[in-house]
Amino acid sequence: MTALFDIVFGGVFHAAVLFLVAAGLQLVFGVQKIVNLACGSFYALGAYFGISAVNWAIAAGVPPVLFLPVLILSGIVLGAIGPFIEALLRTVYDRDEAFQLLLTFALVLMFQDVLRYFWGANPQQLGDIASLYGSIQLGAVKGPAYNLLVILASIVIALGIGAFLQKTNFGRILRATAENREMALALGVNARVMYASVFTLGTILGTVGGALVVPTAAASLDMPVELVVESFAVVVIGGLGSMRGALVGALIVGLMRAAAISWYAELEMLAIYLVVIIVLVFRPAGLFGKAVE
Amino acid sequence: MKTAVGVFVLAALATLFALPSVLSAYYITLVLPAVAYAIALLGFNLLFGYTGLLSFGHALYVAVGAYGAAVLSSKLGIKSFELVLLLSGAAAVAAAIPVALLSVRYEKIFFGILTLAFGMLFHSFLFKFYDITGGDTGIRVLRPSLFGNEFKDLDKTAFLVGPFYYYCVGLLAILGFVMWRIVHSPFGLHLVASRENRRKSEYLGVRVRFFRLIAFSISAFYCAVGGAILAINTGQADPELAYWTHSGELVFMAVLGGFANFFGPLVGAFTFIFLKSELMGLTQFWRFWLGLTLIVIVVLFPRGLVGVGQDLWTRLHKR
Repeated sequence: MTALFDIVFGGVFHAAVLFLVAAGLQLVFGVQKIVNLACGSFYALGAYFGISAVNWAIAAGVPPVLFLPVLILSGIVLGAIGPFIEALLRTVYDRDEAFQLLLTFALVLMFQDVLRYFWGANPQQLGDIASLYGSIQLGAVKGPAYNLLVILASIVIALGIGAFLQKTNFGRILRATAENREMALALGVNARVMYASVFTLGTILGTVGGALVVPTAAASLDMPVELVVESFAVVVIGGLGSMRGALVGALIVGLMRAAAISWYAELEMLAIYLVVIIVLVFRPAGLFGKAVE
Repeated sequence: MKTAVGVFVLAALATLFALPSVLSAYYITLVLPAVAYAIALLGFNLLFGYTGLLSFGHALYVAVGAYGAAVLSSKLGIKSFELVLLLSGAAAVAAAIPVALLSVRYEKIFFGILTLAFGMLFHSFLFKFYDITGGDTGIRVLRPSLFGNEFKDLDKTAFLVGPFYYYCVGLLAILGFVMWRIVHSPFGLHLVASRENRRKSEYLGVRVRFFRLIAFSISAFYCAVGGAILAINTGQADPELAYWTHSGELVFMAVLGGFANFFGPLVGAFTFIFLKSELMGLTQFWRFWLGLTLIVIVVLFPRGLVGVGQDLWTRLHKR
């Protein structure tokens, strides 16, 4: 019972973080039609910056209870880099996707060294902040409260994005642009503002994801390239461009990884790629994606 | 134009053959991987440049070639490099066919993501199944014999910069010639036609998926040959060879040189290897500058170095 709970709890926690990054990837793909390899770099940047932010907060005497809001805030602040990167990507919107992919690959390489420059090559850890939040007891099982808070935060963000996309005017315009770019532009959508804000939102989702995970895991320079493949798996399983797909995909990947690690560690990533390939064979567009031509 | 290309190729080959008498052994050990990547990119570009399919997982076949050389030499005791090349090339083709069967159903970004997933599948196999693959340390690669000659009197460096180097340059020349014939054959033209307009070429009777499958297999073979040379040069086959960033480097080289031109990726391979090693000598932040170079190329010179050269050439001739 406890073992199963640990797998589910760990898996859902991982899924919550993965969902944030994958949601950013989906937003950007949906509107700009660019698959952003640098999403993992944003995630790692969020993680490193989160460590620094909490350390500043400690130095400034902020009470520990507020560390979670500090982390989220630090992720949002990092969104400031979004418009600049979008301005760079703007140069290749009309080009072949090989160039778009390569441009984001160039960003992956550059971010790797930006992180190394500011935070050094050694993995960084954020003391034992997570345990400050204590643990929760639920019948026979017990888990860290921090992880539960992150899961809740992720659910709130997911609901927030859902409401934003469905209920607000900007959300409707965004979906219209994703659906039919030419028509939306012809009807007067300001493409520049739209693209810049979507990309910034995508960036923030990535950086917040990284910031939230850092109290439970070390931030390292391998983080960006490792996370990219996992979030790719998520969006491929769920279907490129679909938010619901990101959610379901993240749950599948998160739970499968947790299960594989505890039962047969060799299978960890292998299992995930196998699911990806199986999904692509039988449902080429992913579980919630639109049919590909 | 044709004679110009011929002269250029002969001059380039003559330079490569003359290099060991000019450059120190250190630089020759740098040219060797460049030759290996040049061979791999010949294959990669058949798929990317000519067929229009961007694979983000071709490092898989480089790794198959490297691990092929490792397993054959240190576990099965096969010395002959010719046999190693043939067998690891065949292994790469065998690995490529199931991947290609699935991937050629797609184009564009889906093709890229699917090949990436397969590449990472192989990477995690290499990484996790320690007993078979040696895990993160990989497998040692032993020195092969060339045409039955083991060169026992030479030490490792002397072997690499001597006979092995000439052998690989010869291999590059032969494989380059074969690829030149492939892309200019009716088969190559079918590939280009299906890249330009898939539906129309299907209507005209091009068996698009089948031809793409063949192109994929040929490119895998070339990548495996490159991988085997790389592994012998470093004496080690490790899982990093199959990682997706390594696939990214292959794409980088193709675009750096200019993938629209037959020789572009070759220029890209040599430029990339030297740029990388020079940057690594200058600063520990070489990735940053490499990334910046890539951005400049992608944004300002999408036709790559060869494209820049061609523009300069036509401008000079107009005057």
